[in-house]
Amino acid sequence: MPPATPDLASLRRRIQAIESGGGPAAVLPLGIAAVDAALPGGGLVLNGLHEIMGAGTDEEDGAVAAAFAAGLLARLARRRGAPILWCLAADDLYGPGLAAHGLMPDRLVLARCRNDGDILWAMEEGARSAVLAAVLGEIGLLAPTAGRRLQLAAEASGVTVIALRRWRSGELAARQREAPSPALTRWRIAALPSRDAAAPGIGTPLWRVELLRCRGGVPANWVMEEGDATGHVALAAALADGPAAPRRRAG
Amino acid sequence: MSLWLPRWPTDRLRRAAARADRVDPQPRSPSPCPLPERRGFERKRGGGGGKASEGESPLVTAVTIGSRRLVAAANDAALAVGIVPGLPLADAQAFLPGLAVRAADAPGDAAALRRLAEWCGRWSPWTAPDGLDGIVFDITGCAHLRGGESRLAAEILGRIAGEGYAARAAIADTVGAAWALARFGKAGRGPVIVPPGGTRAALEPLPVAALRLPAEMAAGLERLGLKRIADLCAMPRGALAERFGPALAERLDQALGAAGEPVSPLRSVPARRARLAFAEPIATAEDLARACRHLVAELCRGLAAEGTGARRLELACYRVDGAVERAAIGTARASRDARHLTRLLEEKLAAIDPDLGIEAMVLAAPVAEPLRAAQLSLSRLREREGTHAKHGEGEGMGQLAPGAKPSPRSSPVNGRGGMVAADDAELAALLDRLGNRLGLANLRRLEPRASHWPERAVAVLPAAEKAPQDAASWPRDRLRPVRLLAPPEPIEATAPVPDDPPILFRWRRRLHRVRRADGPERIAGEWWRRPSPATPDDIRDYYRVEDAEGRRFWLYRAGLYRPDRPARWFLHGLFA
Repeated sequence: MPPATPDLASLRRRIQAIESGGGPAAVLPLGIAAVDAALPGGGLVLNGLHEIMGAGTDEEDGAVAAAFAAGLLARLARRRGAPILWCLAADDLYGPGLAAHGLMPDRLVLARCRNDGDILWAMEEGARSAVLAAVLGEIGLLAPTAGRRLQLAAEASGVTVIALRRWRSGELAARQREAPSPALTRWRIAALPSRDAAAPGIGTPLWRVELLRCRGGVPANWVMEEGDATGHVALAAALADGPAAPRRRAG
Repeated sequence: MSLWLPRWPTDRLRRAAARADRVDPQPRSPSPCPLPERRGFERKRGGGGGKASEGESPLVTAVTIGSRRLVAAANDAALAVGIVPGLPLADAQAFLPGLAVRAADAPGDAAALRRLAEWCGRWSPWTAPDGLDGIVFDITGCAHLRGGESRLAAEILGRIAGEGYAARAAIADTVGAAWALARFGKAGRGPVIVPPGGTRAALEPLPVAALRLPAEMAAGLERLGLKRIADLCAMPRGALAERFGPALAERLDQALGAAGEPVSPLRSVPARRARLAFAEPIATAEDLARACRHLVAELCRGLAAEGTGARRLELACYRVDGAVERAAIGTARASRDARHLTRLLEEKLAAIDPDLGIEAMVLAAPVAEPLRAAQLSLSRLREREGTHAKHGEGEGMGQLAPGAKPSPRSSPVNGRGGMVAADDAELAALLDRLGNRLGLANLRRLEPRASHWPERAVAVLPAAEKAPQDAASWPRDRLRPVRLLAPPEPIEATAPVPDDPPILFRWRRRLHRVRRADGPERIAGEWWRRPSPATPDDIRDYYRVEDAEGRRFWLYRAGLYRPDRPARWFLHGLFA
């Protein structure tokens, strides 16, 4: 009998450790067991580039995606106690709405840029400055080389970089949606109709959260409900009775 | 010092014509002193009287006053045959049938004079246009840099004459005296220079018009036999003031130095400046960058000695062709970190066009604020160690005393106060880098305001400003959208029942079917902000609606429901 073959999961962990150049990368757990289990290392890798996009008409507006990102940023800001840089071209971000999703705008610096080029430049400047907790850029066109530069800057400084994709035209959306990107993860967030048909009013928001791509992990998707409207916890528990994530393999 | 350009309008025209005529200029060489307009004009040291070159044809500019066309300015050839400013144009043309006439361009002349005065800033920081045909310099403390007053004046006159302008200059203790002597002094070869204390003696033989008096007052004085300034000086002061008003006495006092006369310079002159002049004009990007580093280092040394940091830096590059290229940077907070400031400035250098070359650069810090030494030393230290310092254990050790030199060992664990200061400095440096490309006004911070009106519930402030402690708090409920459209976008909505939410609306050419809705939430503008005749738009009925796909919108109907007119609906925000 040969010695016990190492199981697939531990092998994968070792490969990942080699890929990330040494010890396990620092991660940000999202606080939802099902999601954290799908992410290698048990959470979002801190020093890396992550992509978040909307679905349907929200690809242009990015409201749902922004709320999801705000939840992540709130956790990052709390963890590091450092400010966040949010680069945007359209001046439509609303502070009270961010606060409602857990991100207090007090430590937020908004950088208003003229175009995608300036946004990329500002994101890279921010990613190189270790004083920030995270940098978010609302970006339309993200060339692979530009994404790679962001990823390298994030690796070097430890600043988490989030590319919130906002496409101004359907043609750009079609090209960019499937384009390869050097991001560690790619998320797509879509609004779902509220569940409880009997309740009056619009109720709590319901999202489909898709992990489209994940380096060292497998794609998955969940239905999430944002738990309490007043709390700091911005990402809600995955619904117990929601459709199960189609997970082909244990990750 | 006063510089007089007696033929300014006609010289400008002639120079413009010369430039247009120059069909095939020799290849431009940037050295040693390529003033392109020197052709055809011999350089006159002192430019006494500004005689034009031979063969110049008579030229006048004309201005229309009422129904009459008058000569506004004339060149030397025209003056020689008796055509003087103020002569009716018809008379002038009768004297000299071949007279060239151009329309006077007073605003253009004034603007050009301003540019020339700005360019003259290379000799003295304190220059200003003086009337329509002169430039006044305050050369206090500047003359010795050029080897004395006479050499400075000769250099200025030489350069101005080289540009093709007739010019005369005088240096005196007072602005008034310099003005008088530049215009009425003996037409010698060089500039008129009055030694300190010799003002009165120099002024006494001049005519009274030299006192910058209105023409009719000067004529009136001459009728009374008071032809020279000496005559005026001999008169009792009270009688003069009674007869001619206080203006005459004031002008006399100003010329003699008994009354002060402030000169306001073109640009405010910052006290903190560094200057660099080049023996050979520079034009390459590397040279510019090197000069910049040198200037910043010099300025920072000055700031450090003073205990201040710059909030704004302005770079002026004086080109050999008489233009001034400028660049400016701002910082979010005071800084005298030479590396940081150089980096900011270097990004602006690309916009500077050296053209034929730059012969002098001045870097000034017009805005500076006190800056403690400790902040700088800590951030420097971190830079040197190249590590990201961690929070120390000790609480409250705070910052180093100003001026104390931290030893490399002790400071990384120097308590939270020090590290926070270093972090703040690093954040400020980041904001500066971003702000100088994006504009500092485009770096913002949001602050809650106590207002129900959605647009006024958030204040957008510059990011560099410190957040006050007692701000209003952010709402924690989900009644407000993540994105707010500014301005609200009009939509077509169908609402069958007056105070109900719409069942259908069209936004950006897309139809949304409303499945669920909350509302209305009536928001009225604050009464003290409303325009006095109240408009219906001061009241909005907001609805939060969810469409069939689950997207959530914030809609409102402007004004109260009126059966006699269609409701106006707007989409104001997007929920997550």
